[in-house]
Amino acid sequence: MEEWLYIQNEVYPALLKGFWVSLQLIIPSALCGLAIGIMIGVLRIYGNRPVMAAANGFVVVFRGIPLVVQLFIWYFGLPYIGIYLNPFVAAVLGFSLCSGAYHSEYIRGALLSIKRGQMLAAQSLGFSKVRMIFSIILPQALRRALPGCGNEIIYLIKYSSLAYMITCIELTGQGKILASNSFKYTEVFLMIGACYLVMTSVASIILNRVEDRLRLPGFEHHRI
Amino acid sequence: MGTRCGIVSPYSPILPLNNGKASAHEAFHFWGRCERMPESLIAIGDALPYLLRGSLVTLIVVVGAMALGLVLGVPLAMGQVYGHWALRRAIAVYVWFFRGIPLLVFLFLFYFGLCTALDINLSAFTVAIIVLGLISSAYQSQIFRGAILSLPEGQLKAARALGMSDIKAITVIILPQALRLSVPGWSNEYSILLKDSAVTYALGVAEIMARAHFVATRTYQQLPLYFAAGMIFLILTWMGTKSLRLLEEKVRIPGYGSSPQLAAESFDP
Repeated sequence: MEEWLYIQNEVYPALLKGFWVSLQLIIPSALCGLAIGIMIGVLRIYGNRPVMAAANGFVVVFRGIPLVVQLFIWYFGLPYIGIYLNPFVAAVLGFSLCSGAYHSEYIRGALLSIKRGQMLAAQSLGFSKVRMIFSIILPQALRRALPGCGNEIIYLIKYSSLAYMITCIELTGQGKILASNSFKYTEVFLMIGACYLVMTSVASIILNRVEDRLRLPGFEHHRI
Repeated sequence: MGTRCGIVSPYSPILPLNNGKASAHEAFHFWGRCERMPESLIAIGDALPYLLRGSLVTLIVVVGAMALGLVLGVPLAMGQVYGHWALRRAIAVYVWFFRGIPLLVFLFLFYFGLCTALDINLSAFTVAIIVLGLISSAYQSQIFRGAILSLPEGQLKAARALGMSDIKAITVIILPQALRLSVPGWSNEYSILLKDSAVTYALGVAEIMARAHFVATRTYQQLPLYFAAGMIFLILTWMGTKSLRLLEEKVRIPGYGSSPQLAAESFDP
């Protein structure tokens, strides 16, 4: 009974609050990350030489440095040059840039997998380069990149727990506070783990639905 | 180690900053002052040997976790491909569980939760290796599973036709080929583990990140020090993937190995 009251009065409200903060972190980061990823991915293939080099450099740096270190740079490092971000903004910025770099990798692969004939056909119909990329190539490439990008979004859900380390109190942070007050570490963190499992499972179901919905007959991505 | 559950002193395993030796980096310091080098570079130069010793800790954690993941991942993959349906289902749940929960939650759960509840006295370092290894085993089992499934079915049938038992056919014929095929997957897994190992800082493992933070909070040179830590990680990633590529070349059997993958890459719908 006592356990139940503890869950009802303390755990549930705290986790609900943390859950909302987590969602507020994940959704903008996923969207911004995808946008950054598409931009960088396109620049890596169709940009001129210096742009391509810069985009490649961006990806090497943001994929090579651990996300924790990136978050620390944004939150604890930037005040060194006089820029103060609040934890939430720093977390969203860090997540977006990092997952953008990963997304760009999948999008680059998908862009490369589009057959050259599509491009030649668009050119022969008089499309400009920008128009060709956005109306012909990208819609096909994005469908192919979707499984990879979906994986990346699921990673993002899990890595959103790192926001706790730069003092943005989301699900994990709420759990840590609860657990250190009551010393019920095992119970609380199992519950938090269950929350994340639900989030990642639901996200993967939604992403599969989206993938099915966007499928074009005759242009299916053949899974190997 | 003086860290026990409840009260955690994150920096107890950290060695003193300057081991009493005045040689190399004192000279650097002096030279730096003479050249009017920016303070940030001096801070990095001072902290560098200390950070590099941390990279040794990081590498031990990563290699330990990879080894544990390998030892657990191979049987899991075998079970998932050749096992009874109940076993397959159980392994799928295991993989779903370890892939669906963030590392940070697992670290807290094991270190503060289970270790206290079951009264096991483990250091943060050991817990970090075990947790990273368990998570990695779920991922590595999928790498192996893909490798086993990509082998032509005829291999197993031929082995059976030659009179080998199931176990023998798997360990002598399938496993050596599958392991070779999974080297590229490992190099991915290495770079993921390397980056994830920075999270173990939350338990106070004295790896690169913890040391960078430790020095940064004392010298107030946050940006340069975190940047230096990031660069060390970049170099470690590069070195690891490079050496795994060399390993891939070394263990390749001419005519075998990369062919299923090449086929997969050149597949053009």
